[in-house]
Amino acid sequence: MTLASLERGRKYLIHNVNTSDPDIQRLMVLGLVEGAEVELASAAIGGDPMEFRMFGNAISLRREQALQFDVTTAGAGE
Amino acid sequence: MSLLLAQVSSEQVTRVSADQISVRRHPSAAIAVVGNPNSGKSTLFNRLTGLRQKTGNYPGVTVEKHVGVVKLENAAFELIDLPGMFALSAHSLEERIACDVVMGRITDMERPVGIIAVVDTTHLYQGLYLVQQLMELELPLLVALTMTDAAEAGGIRIDIDALQRRLGGITVCPVVATTGQGMDALRAAIATLPDAAKPELPTFWEELQAASEELARDMPATVPRVEIERALIERNSDLAEEVTNYLGDDGAQRMEAIRQRIFGSVPPLANEARRRYAWVRDVLDEVQHSAPTITTWGSHLAAFMNRPVPGTIGLFVVMAVVFQAVFAWATPLMDAIETGTAFIGVLVASSLPDGAVSSFLSDGIIAGVGSVIVFLPQIMILFLFIIVLEDSGYLARAAYLMDRVMRSVGLSGQSIIPMVSSFACAVPGIMATRVIPNRRDRIATILAAPFMTCSARLPVYALLIAAFVPAQSVGLFNLQGIVLFGLYMLGIVTGLLTALMLRKTALHGPKPTFALMLPEFRRPNMQTVLIQLLGRAMIFLKRAGTVIFAVAVVVWALAYYPRSDDIAATLTQQQSLAAASLSDDALSEALSRFENEAAAAQLEQSWLGRAGKVVEPAFKPLGWDWKISAAVIAGFPAREVIIAVLGTVYAVGGEADESTLAGRLQSASWPDGRAVFTLPMVIGLLIFYACCLQCAATLAVIRRETNSWRWPLFAWGYMTSLGYLGALLVYQLGTNS
Repeated sequence: MTLASLERGRKYLIHNVNTSDPDIQRLMVLGLVEGAEVELASAAIGGDPMEFRMFGNAISLRREQALQFDVTTAGAGE
Repeated sequence: MSLLLAQVSSEQVTRVSADQISVRRHPSAAIAVVGNPNSGKSTLFNRLTGLRQKTGNYPGVTVEKHVGVVKLENAAFELIDLPGMFALSAHSLEERIACDVVMGRITDMERPVGIIAVVDTTHLYQGLYLVQQLMELELPLLVALTMTDAAEAGGIRIDIDALQRRLGGITVCPVVATTGQGMDALRAAIATLPDAAKPELPTFWEELQAASEELARDMPATVPRVEIERALIERNSDLAEEVTNYLGDDGAQRMEAIRQRIFGSVPPLANEARRRYAWVRDVLDEVQHSAPTITTWGSHLAAFMNRPVPGTIGLFVVMAVVFQAVFAWATPLMDAIETGTAFIGVLVASSLPDGAVSSFLSDGIIAGVGSVIVFLPQIMILFLFIIVLEDSGYLARAAYLMDRVMRSVGLSGQSIIPMVSSFACAVPGIMATRVIPNRRDRIATILAAPFMTCSARLPVYALLIAAFVPAQSVGLFNLQGIVLFGLYMLGIVTGLLTALMLRKTALHGPKPTFALMLPEFRRPNMQTVLIQLLGRAMIFLKRAGTVIFAVAVVVWALAYYPRSDDIAATLTQQQSLAAASLSDDALSEALSRFENEAAAAQLEQSWLGRAGKVVEPAFKPLGWDWKISAAVIAGFPAREVIIAVLGTVYAVGGEADESTLAGRLQSASWPDGRAVFTLPMVIGLLIFYACCLQCAATLAVIRRETNSWRWPLFAWGYMTSLGYLGALLVYQLGTNS
């Protein structure tokens, strides 16, 4: 599953990033890398863009970008 | 040691005399203040420097440079408050400048002698990423850990000793910039910073560090290792080109070979981020205790305001309040300024003999200054709101909430603030586009912004609507109100369609991405707000004020010269005749009528009046006579001028109030007796005003922000044609059908 389909209130771990797009690389510089723990905080009307939290930081992404991050629930605290 | 802060008395603000500042402005004593956006960097900077600061520009770019002086017990240093940045791999122009400053790559600017890294304790994750990169700059470095109060409230405890050890032995000072806690220790650390040992580098990527070491041996000693590293990672940067050139003929191949060996097929930047954040997580595990689950009033508010529906409703309420404030609160002040300048103008005119000097002072200089400061109340209120919203963390939320809407016209949520600001004035609106990292996005926003109904259009709308649109009610609404609302909508729709059209054609490109850090809500710091407010007001006065003033003087000259002696002689004759035959009220009424008629006659044969007659044929299809044409020409550099010119040309005096002018306009007629101001012509004129870019200050700021004449010229041509065609269409359809 990807960042775009998180359930609110649960924590996830990024385990794979599609790095080909320079904009995605920038998001990695902002901290969305493999091993980062993320959760869904909110979404704008229509569910896009979405707001994620990672280590106390809040970042908003559009759905199409969120799709580039694979996440897993394994290893992340509930 | 956990995060225990010594109670310190709030710092004493000591003033430095001007000569001390100039001594300390010696560039060799500059320290850079670096940090993530919203890390509390500016608040800390203001705390340290107080009002001993000034705002300028970095050479060749529009990024503002904030410099201040920190006065310590035995020393004073120049502090440079760099734009907020996340990493040395710069993404926006502001980040680029910040990187160039710390690397010493700005012309005419010495490299700083030390760096204060400002890190938000509640956002250590991104903060430490930047700190790790800053450590590689091989400059004396200290970390100011801000928002320690918020962190403590949220249950975060930081082991400062462990953090100092992991950061290669550099000093870490926990502070609360808003209250002054920990500032004494920070000041003491700053005093010794330039002599502090350079940080011991953490190993985050042995191969890369070894490779840059190896390359450094073949380069002049002045090339810092960090530049080589960045050149390897950022293949297409200017830096990469420079570093490659140092290596001589086979430089490009050598660099490429190293990249291939180290990065393989993975993009270097992605690789770097992975490596560094792995280190950051490792450090966090050691120094940060308890999970950062912060629940403050801010996070509760954020949680509520982030729900889609309450958030969107909240956004509209906030925008409505800003609008209300900008237009309603500013009106009494603006009226007072207008009355004041008119009064001073009359005073000056009456105390000097009639003639060019008197007219130049009262109608040129004083009216010119007045036309600049009349905008200040609105601009200051707008800036105040924007700064407060920005500092409280709300602006980013607004961009987030509006992204979906703006995306439909090819823009992103970040364009919303420039657009909203432009309802007061396009100049600050266009300056606010700097936060938009994508160039195409930014230019499309810049070209859409002048369509928003700015406050200078409002008097023109008010005059024409009051005079020609019947005040009848249509359902619940008033027709005049509906027309005004329609004009606002026309501006918004045309602006957005313009952006869409540009994004499909000249500015075609990949959809802009939208990644925005959303700061916590927090109470804005009053000192920071006021300092920023004054700074921005000064910039507005410098950028727009000078242009508006110059334009007012030029328009005055065009409307004043050449003078006709015949008209002046006739006026004198009429005056003496009237004085002989009339008295009291009748006399003064006759005198002012003669004066106004003479002024109208003078204007008719002035350069402006002649120009109006020359272009009349071009504007005749729109239903305009030479008088309107002249007024419109005068309004091209500054649209609000049209009212004063219409007042003069219709002989009701330059300071005519709207009701007398409206009456005169209603009775204006063509030589054959037809009324000039018919409804189709007036609607056309309004559309012309809604579309046209009649503002030299806006043109100047577009030129500045896009760094070329191409876009201001395009905007001017495009908007003028659009206004002309709109007016033509309405007049012809309305008159001939």
